[in-house]
Amino acid sequence: MKLLEYQAKEVLASLGIAIPPGVVARNPDEAAAAFARLGPVAVKAQVPVGGRGKAGGIKLARTADEARHAAEQIIGMDIKGFKVPLVYCEAALDIDREIYLGFTVDRDARANILMLSAKGGMDIEQVAEESPESIARLYPNAWRGPLDFELTQLVYDAKLGDIARPLVALIKKLYRAIPEYDALIAEINPLVVTGKGDVVAGDAKLEIDDNAAWRHRDLEERYGGVIEGDPYEVEAKKRGLTYVSLDGDIGIIGNGAGLCMGTLDLVQRAGGRSANFCDIGGGAKAEVVENALAVILMNPKVKGVLINVFGGITRGDEVARGVVTARDNLGMKLPLVVRLSGTNEEEGREFLKRNGIEPGVSGWEAAKKIVELTRAGAPAARRAGS
Amino acid sequence: MSILLDRQTRVIVQGVTGREGGFHTEQMQALGTNVVGGTSPGKGGTEHLGVPVFNTVADAVKATGSNATGIFVPAPFAADAIMEAAAAGITLIVCITEGIPIQDMIRVKDFLRAYPQARLIGANCPGLITPGQAKIGIIPQRITSPGHVGLVSRSGTLTYEVASALSAAGMGQSTIVGIGGDPVLGLTFSDVVQFFEKDPATTHLVLIGEIGGSDEEHAADLLAKGSRLKAVAFISGRTAPEGKRMGHAGAIISGNRGTARSKEEAFRRAGVQVAETTDDIVGMLR
Repeated sequence: MKLLEYQAKEVLASLGIAIPPGVVARNPDEAAAAFARLGPVAVKAQVPVGGRGKAGGIKLARTADEARHAAEQIIGMDIKGFKVPLVYCEAALDIDREIYLGFTVDRDARANILMLSAKGGMDIEQVAEESPESIARLYPNAWRGPLDFELTQLVYDAKLGDIARPLVALIKKLYRAIPEYDALIAEINPLVVTGKGDVVAGDAKLEIDDNAAWRHRDLEERYGGVIEGDPYEVEAKKRGLTYVSLDGDIGIIGNGAGLCMGTLDLVQRAGGRSANFCDIGGGAKAEVVENALAVILMNPKVKGVLINVFGGITRGDEVARGVVTARDNLGMKLPLVVRLSGTNEEEGREFLKRNGIEPGVSGWEAAKKIVELTRAGAPAARRAGS
Repeated sequence: MSILLDRQTRVIVQGVTGREGGFHTEQMQALGTNVVGGTSPGKGGTEHLGVPVFNTVADAVKATGSNATGIFVPAPFAADAIMEAAAAGITLIVCITEGIPIQDMIRVKDFLRAYPQARLIGANCPGLITPGQAKIGIIPQRITSPGHVGLVSRSGTLTYEVASALSAAGMGQSTIVGIGGDPVLGLTFSDVVQFFEKDPATTHLVLIGEIGGSDEEHAADLLAKGSRLKAVAFISGRTAPEGKRMGHAGAIISGNRGTARSKEEAFRRAGVQVAETTDDIVGMLR
């Protein structure tokens, strides 16, 4: 779960990190009211992606009218596929310097990494490429977190020794986002040093591990649902499916992420385009298959569905029963190709045949078949289960 | 011959009384795996599927001399189960559980530094099987056959797909290892490749990778230094859109590293053939 800036800042504030005064505005009037309270403000689009400044999602407002006007322009705007639901109006800062500070998971090192650089504010990836030596790094111990002396070294390495004390204290607070919130990314860029020498979070990115959602139900309750997600992905999540929307017209169901990704590759190789990725996982039961099919059929662009199941925990006969029941329950009329293999595959294939679904032999054969059926035009496309 | 696991390996199952744990223990026994016990806190002293149940791994090791474990406990308890096994002296730890929080696994990896003899496979993996001898995990034995191909994979179902095709073509496997798809995991491609290099019974190698991370690139670098194995690699996810998660937390593309192209090129540079689809692997391996 990626938190929005205002949400991430609330979490940072709860950890004791200074944030600029700010107010969420859902409409232009609220933005004008925010100006009345805070004075000159930055009106910032709240979307869970980077690059919103370049997309016109951040505007400075020096008057109430400007704040109102900025909110009018920004709310509802589309930034990288996300409709901006609200803006965050934040008191403009007296900026002396901008620093980069971030924790993230270094998967090659199988550890968290802390990065600190005096060259904050701009694109840190560019800094990393052009002058990697200007980013100081530390792998904090996974159990006890970073120690004071380690952080002091880090701060001096980053040539930020003049603010060592406040910085070390702040990094220790930010680190708490890892053990306490299962953060995969906890980043402040820019971390602003004000004219008075205060250190304040200018922006904040916080991504919470979905695998740990059960430890953080409160965050989901408080912050979930602000962003209007892809409707199919939202529905799939409600039904407990791993589903990602893509822009093609062939629905895909597979068991296991690798097989599912492999199926997308096969469909593309056969000349088709997948409408989605849907992993029904190991141990997929009849109702899971039906749920997956129901979500895929919500999408009017879908012209046919390919189901690719190879069993480990998953039992082929159960999958076959689920497919037939789902097709019948949903009154599905689109072409459906089912590639079934693995535990109890013979029973599964028999059952499919008895119910008018020809099972595909290999994933590649099945992919070619569904591409052909969805391309063939109306007559073939109207036949169910061919 | 084989790597990591054979008929002599003394296996326990953590979570043996659970639904999945029980089902797969029976499958493991059916293959002839030397299952010597299981654990389930609170059920110590009972018997399940013909093997003694213990409250803790330490108790199980003491009573049975077990040296390997298959973990089938739910995600909230899985990290602790791995560490418990390592601390009890188990040397082969296979964690099947899916959905373990990444921070839990980072702490586990750090914990395991103190137990260098403990080898972790997974989590979120199908486990490993030495066909005709033993298995820990959920790889169906029916699709495997004894032979000389070493198979290492990040994906469960693609592993079955390839093993099945190999068996159908008469190319048996020495050992099949599913290392799992999580970003923070135990043995890597490179680790497993090194075991296969040292196993005289293994003459061929199949690597099934996936977008994300750079473990495949590291394995390619290792193979480039010289290998006696005839190898074929396959990478899934080449059409996955950037930045979209495909179920495996691991399958996230960052920058140029970790893309299907970068992995395929690394293998080609190492002289390893790269298969376009899993159907092509058997032909290329001959």
